Amino acid sequence: MTATIDRPRTGAPAPLRPGRPPRRPIDRLRDVLTSPKSGPVLVTAVLFVAVFIVGGVRYNGFFSGQVLLNLFVDNSYLIVLAVGMTFVILTGGIDLSVGAVVALSTMIAASLLQTGWSPGVVIPLILVLTSVLGLLVGLMIHVFKVQPFIATLAAMFLARGLCYVISKDSISITEPTFVALAVTRIPLGGGLSITPSVVIALAVVIVAVWVLGFTRFGRTVYAIGGSEQSGILMGLPVARTKVIVYVVSGFCSGLAGVLFSFYTLSGYPLTAVGTELDAIAAVVIGGTLLTGGYGFVLGSVLGGLVLGVIQTIITFEGTLSSWWTKIFIGALLLVFIILQKVLTARRR
Amino acid sequence: MNALLLRTVSSRLFWPIVMLLVLVLINVIAFPDFLTVTVKDGHLFGSIIDILRNGAPTLIIAVGMTLVIATRGIDLSVGAVAAISGAVACSILLGSSDPGNPGTVAVAVIVALIISLVLGVWNGFLVSVIGIQPIIATLILMTAGRGVAMLITEGQILTVDSAPFKELGSGFWFGIPVAVVIGAVIFAVAALLTRRTALGMLIESVGINPEASRQAGVRARVLLFTVYAFCALSAGIAGLILTANQTAADANNTGLFIELDAILAVVIGGTSLAGGRYSLAGTLVGALVIQTLVTTVYTVGIPPIVTMVFKAAVVTAVCLLQSPTTNAAFAQLRQRLAARTARVKEAAAS
Repeated sequence: MTATIDRPRTGAPAPLRPGRPPRRPIDRLRDVLTSPKSGPVLVTAVLFVAVFIVGGVRYNGFFSGQVLLNLFVDNSYLIVLAVGMTFVILTGGIDLSVGAVVALSTMIAASLLQTGWSPGVVIPLILVLTSVLGLLVGLMIHVFKVQPFIATLAAMFLARGLCYVISKDSISITEPTFVALAVTRIPLGGGLSITPSVVIALAVVIVAVWVLGFTRFGRTVYAIGGSEQSGILMGLPVARTKVIVYVVSGFCSGLAGVLFSFYTLSGYPLTAVGTELDAIAAVVIGGTLLTGGYGFVLGSVLGGLVLGVIQTIITFEGTLSSWWTKIFIGALLLVFIILQKVLTARRR
Repeated sequence: MNALLLRTVSSRLFWPIVMLLVLVLINVIAFPDFLTVTVKDGHLFGSIIDILRNGAPTLIIAVGMTLVIATRGIDLSVGAVAAISGAVACSILLGSSDPGNPGTVAVAVIVALIISLVLGVWNGFLVSVIGIQPIIATLILMTAGRGVAMLITEGQILTVDSAPFKELGSGFWFGIPVAVVIGAVIFAVAALLTRRTALGMLIESVGINPEASRQAGVRARVLLFTVYAFCALSAGIAGLILTANQTAADANNTGLFIELDAILAVVIGGTSLAGGRYSLAGTLVGALVIQTLVTTVYTVGIPPIVTMVFKAAVVTAVCLLQSPTTNAAFAQLRQRLAARTARVKEAAAS
């Protein structure tokens, strides 16, 4: 995303600006790689490809289109969560409530469907409720100056507690539409297929890319992360935007919950414990700066896929126990945070 | 009189203490003998003692957390550190030929605490030397730490049969539960060290402006290392108490969500997450509020699992009451009332 500069293709390389030496492509490449904006995303992309190739070399049947597509199938809810989290983190905030809100959404879906509500009512209801919860959190943060960490922590407790109010046990979903959405495979030709959830997740990603990159709201989100004070002085609607990012995160958590209930076909109060950490990890590994201001939605998607591919490799390896996933994610987080630190330090 | 009242109401400890008294009052109404403490076999028994004992691990971690938060930091990894500490102690006890020997238990406890200290130094290194935001630096250990704990226990729940170790969790010293004694000692040590010496002020100065305090000659880096190490050490101690209480190390569930409870205790106690000011007494009240709330939910007969909704309500209430917006609104209200009284007096005089 660093500005591409049109240069004459023939003739002697003319100086771009007076007094500045001509830039060779290698310099430009280095600039892109070391910019705090695009550097970490590119590193993540390279890492993803590298891990995938290593997996392909090591394991039979790993290097297939379906394994790649299954990353999207298994992580569609995580991608949606990471998209919502990206909005919040870009403003310099954080949302710890997403995992609990996912669980609450699966509980609401399962219990209402059990009593015979139509999915056409249940799904919009969940999205409205989780958006309202996000709105309340946003208002608490903006109006009452409660730190995002504490406000979203309260929302997390509330959502997790409400799960238990609905039911202590797992409720299975047998409603035909949900089951259909869970088992339908959309063929892509060549024996490859995806689920409707993937389509929904990708639609969310596209909308988010558009909103963050090309709307006033999106640019205000970046501006707040860069410097809230400057944003206010520039006359940007900082207050409104800061509240809305939490509504976006609440909405995405609700949608992720719906996708998760397609995936598991049940509601369970203890589901998705620690998912907020996965979502934050996906966003950080995807190159979004935790202090806000820099980052891309597509980076977060890549971050989510990196987490997914690690999980897949551990499954393929067979002998590695599941706890290595956590250790790997922790190590990756460390590497990426230090990388961000180094890149931003060079620029300042 | 009025001034005294005003000072009490605007004190940072006012709302938390009111909250605690309300909770105790609810309990006394529901259970008239709530405040009774009896002596059985030379041990103290009663609901209050239960609250103190069950609240001890949270209090111990919250004390460490208070100092970290005072430096404008936060430590999310305490739950994971507690799990690692418990796992280390249990695996040493299981590996030894004589787990009931006090010497073996001492070795297990010391090794577990040294490992906790090392983890704290690691957090301190990430925060002070590399300069990573505390919430993220400790997030790394929070994520990876549970994995490490499972690596140590090999994914099993390690059950140990060791009388001296069990004492840590459920024993009594001079009639008082061991956990409460440990909690009181750690609280007293932290309070004396930071409030009777300049240490507390130095920690606060780092929280207000690390760069300025460094230029003023405060060793900000050493202080950061110290508070993170102390916080991890207290998490390790709490982990041992929790593990000893269950006589089993469960890498997944030991200390799960305890970081949140500890942070809540600190925030309810009026310590701002923005750093620079802290109140250990407030943290004590905060930890008691949380544990009393949990106990109240039990005694009133609400399903205990719904506790989280009440925790959310308490956090929200305390945060909103302490918020600058609410304070400003209160101040405005007071001013308007004062103005009206003045006007009434004026009218009466003329």
